[in-house]
Amino acid sequence: MKRWSFSSTMLWVGLLFIYLPMLIMVIYSFNASKLVTVWGGWSMKWYFGLLDNSQLIGSVLRSLEVALYTAVAATALGTLAAFVLTRVTRFKGRTLFGGLVTAPLVMPEVITGLSLLLLFVAMAQLIGWPAQRGLLTIWIAHTTFCSAYVAVIVSARLRELDLSIEEAAMDLGAKPWKVFFLITIPMIAPSLAAGAMMSFALSLDDLVLASFVSGPGATTLPMEVFSAVRLGVKPEINAVASLILLSVSLFTFVAWYFTRRAEERRKRAIQQAMAEEAV
Amino acid sequence: MKLSKLKRYLPKGRHAVIGVPFVWLFLFFLLPFFIVLKISFAEADVAIPPYTDVFSWADNQLTILLNFGNYVFLSEDALYLAAYLGSLKIAFVSTLLCLLIGYPMAYAIARAPKEMQTVYLLLIMMPTWTAILIRVYAWMGILSNNGLLNSLLMGLGLISEPLQILNTNLAVYIGIVYSYLPFMVLPLYANLVKHDQSLLEAAADLGSRNFNSFWRITVPLSKNGIIAGCMLVFIPVVGEFVIPELLGGPETLMIGKVLWQEFFNNRDWPVASALAVVMLAILLVPIILFNRNQAKEMEGRA
Repeated sequence: MKRWSFSSTMLWVGLLFIYLPMLIMVIYSFNASKLVTVWGGWSMKWYFGLLDNSQLIGSVLRSLEVALYTAVAATALGTLAAFVLTRVTRFKGRTLFGGLVTAPLVMPEVITGLSLLLLFVAMAQLIGWPAQRGLLTIWIAHTTFCSAYVAVIVSARLRELDLSIEEAAMDLGAKPWKVFFLITIPMIAPSLAAGAMMSFALSLDDLVLASFVSGPGATTLPMEVFSAVRLGVKPEINAVASLILLSVSLFTFVAWYFTRRAEERRKRAIQQAMAEEAV
Repeated sequence: MKLSKLKRYLPKGRHAVIGVPFVWLFLFFLLPFFIVLKISFAEADVAIPPYTDVFSWADNQLTILLNFGNYVFLSEDALYLAAYLGSLKIAFVSTLLCLLIGYPMAYAIARAPKEMQTVYLLLIMMPTWTAILIRVYAWMGILSNNGLLNSLLMGLGLISEPLQILNTNLAVYIGIVYSYLPFMVLPLYANLVKHDQSLLEAAADLGSRNFNSFWRITVPLSKNGIIAGCMLVFIPVVGEFVIPELLGGPETLMIGKVLWQEFFNNRDWPVASALAVVMLAILLVPIILFNRNQAKEMEGRA
């Protein structure tokens, strides 16, 4: 029996508030009329128009490239950080370390962006690297702030893990790195996937950091969209935005579905094993 | 203690495991702040990079030229003070709005059947993975003078001429609450879902009304979730750039926007650095509060 309460009404109103504007934007991207506010029938012409825009396609490819590298590096770095935070309880500078891992989550982007740019400029003066700012510097910036998100996701998972499995492997003589790769990593795999996906999406979306640390010729998709959006609402932008929205949603949904299925299979296997043991 | 046993096996690789993330974060997160601090004491210059040296080495002497001019400049121009206060006010009000809307949502999710919880969570989480830029852009089309909302209201005969919503602070509030609501709901949910229902049952058995139990038991227990959610909204909103730039108007003074203009339009790197230093100083207390709260959560002691 379900009671219709204030809080569940709020939940639905909230979800409507979150999704309605995006839905409206997607619908209007199929508007045949050049005027954004007048409905002129359904059309796909804005989408086909995008294909001729080589500048835009170039920025999409650049963004995807950075996002891919960011996902890999941020997952590795964030997992290490999470492992240190959950498993190594005492070392010098632990408080500082904890602060460094979580602060990027809330640090205003303009501050992070400005400070990283000034670092790159100072490094270029001092040691001549990075000689030119571009995709590499964007990648460093994105990896830094995405690894904080990965660390939060992975450490939540690491805390839930039963330490006795790792201990048993070590008691049986497995080396720590072997335990980590053969036991810990497979057990936290869903959270690694979630962290990697989140990093990919965050990197793909970022405007502020990229604007600060990017150099000539390294315009990413959000930078391209931003410079167009500043001039107002246009049907082409509706189409680009809808495409980004739909691809990210689809990607998220598929990934969510598969991790959930894997999780269920794992739980069933454990239950089955326990049932067999009982017999 | 179980952990100590594990630790005994962690000797040699230990330094590398701690070292790699530590060095990376030190180099690309902590160190840059000191450079910002340094450059905030420099003077703008027509050069590449566009500022003067703070430290110089001449005649076997290290000369440190600290220039407080940027800070004096910030304190003398009323625009900057107004921008800081404006940012704080907008961040405070939107955090409060997010909490008022987000708390019931998180509560409803935490009380929903288990299999529905993951679906709701996905629905809340999905928008945070799509660009803030796009979600803000979606509102531009709705709020503009000839946008959907105004056409709708005029069509219904409620208003005779379009309301000016886009490019006002109202639009900024809508945009911020809209974009940051998930960041409030998620930590609150993570906290609320852990609550022991038997406490509420016990209170009910002892004759406590629903609202009374909620106010005296649920809310105090969810303190950590409230802190985490509020900080996740408040701190980034103070430095927000995209939303005031796209939805706000000339009356919207926010420090993120001012910093951006100083840097990109005026190319005054030292003043932009000084703005960042002052912003960071204002946010230091909330950030430390958030970090301590988060550290407790991460170690599972909460």
